[in-house]
Amino acid sequence: MVYKVVIPGDFISDAADRAGEGTYVEDGKVYAIRYGVVDEKEEIKVVPFVGKYMPSKGDVVIGKIIEISFPYWIVDIGSPYEARLHMSEAPADKKIEFGNMHAYLDIDDLMVAKVINIDTLMRIDLRLMEDFQLGGAGRLIEIPHTKVPRIIGRKGSMIKMLKDKCKCFIFVAKNGRIWLKGSEEEMDIASEVILMIANEAHTSGLTDRVAHFLDSYSNKIRKGIER
Amino acid sequence: MKEDGIELIKDGKRLDGRGFDELRPIKIEVGVLKRADGSCYFELGDNKVIAAVYGPREMHPRHAQDAKMAVLKYRYNMAPFSVEERKRPGPDRRSVEISKISREALEPVILKEYYPKTEIDVYVEILQSDAGTRTAGINAASVALADAGIPMRDLVSSVAVGKIDGEVVLDLNAVEDNNGEADMPIAMIVRRNTITALQMDGRMTKEEFEKGLKLAMNACRRIYELQRTALIERYSEM
Repeated sequence: MVYKVVIPGDFISDAADRAGEGTYVEDGKVYAIRYGVVDEKEEIKVVPFVGKYMPSKGDVVIGKIIEISFPYWIVDIGSPYEARLHMSEAPADKKIEFGNMHAYLDIDDLMVAKVINIDTLMRIDLRLMEDFQLGGAGRLIEIPHTKVPRIIGRKGSMIKMLKDKCKCFIFVAKNGRIWLKGSEEEMDIASEVILMIANEAHTSGLTDRVAHFLDSYSNKIRKGIER
Repeated sequence: MKEDGIELIKDGKRLDGRGFDELRPIKIEVGVLKRADGSCYFELGDNKVIAAVYGPREMHPRHAQDAKMAVLKYRYNMAPFSVEERKRPGPDRRSVEISKISREALEPVILKEYYPKTEIDVYVEILQSDAGTRTAGINAASVALADAGIPMRDLVSSVAVGKIDGEVVLDLNAVEDNNGEADMPIAMIVRRNTITALQMDGRMTKEEFEKGLKLAMNACRRIYELQRTALIERYSEM
């Protein structure tokens, strides 16, 4: 499959009723609104190459605490807007009150959260996802959020392969932040592969190339051990 | 001006050998800066311009935020070494004016409503100048904005026309600009045939103006194709 690259203002189609995200309609014609590739499966969409992450309700994101302002933690989620996490989101047994919020989550701490609400003033409310504790030694890498679907792959095929072959824990958040946990070597391979996928996201036959890359990599390591 | 003894047109050709409707050679490179969200290097003859786009990002100062849309900021800046005699660094009357008209040339195509309360920064640095830097800046900024993934309805293309030795010619260089009778930079949205910026320095008759406008609009179409090719090729290499 060959991807068609478009720039803002490019004519895509006459089917105005199928116009989707990343497009606009003028005089019954569909034009691109962003620099990216066309996806014409059902709706006509333009998938942008890059762009700032815009949170939507239900997204699971990795955030970093940047400020504590009672009764909220202010969280950077890699978008143009700051998000906030209310004090009451901490587990009830923690007894969070004014002055000791940093004891539970301090500035620069990472956390996994779900976007539960966005109002018209672009205030973003988060809910902690307790099952995903980012504790211990790990690594955070960041890719453009537009490449996340490519990392996941169709029905999760790509991420499944990465997890199987890299043997390390990989958590991909909607905002393009990825949490890795494993040995140094495993994390090196995983981050290299993920950055490769992000760089070549617009090309076809990527899954095969990634599989090939991973196989040759693990062979190299095995040889290294034998020697 | 004849009294200076500079003859700008000889045997139907200009000093640099161009015809009346010929552009200077153009070179466009997309994504030249790693730290910026989008960038573009643009050459128009001896003009060398770099544009960087940041954002949309949180707007500071807060009171300048617009609750309904993003705020576009555009800074045109000439490097001290960009001209023959050292330019005193920093904003001056001229660059403030150019920043304003360039911003207004780009604003109609940007969908600012997508990002309320944010700002989009466009920095245009003139590394080398040879007349027509504001048009080169607008061309570069427009490509850099697309590269940054900013939602836009179209690209903006820009070029200047002028009058030298009584003839209407396209894309003046520094010698022609300094010794000519008029200079008129325009910016346009090619697909819609809409002019988003037009200035004129000097005098032209109504007929000359109309002829010049037609010349410039045709040249914008050629520039648009070059901008488009540069963007498409960036992701077609592999």
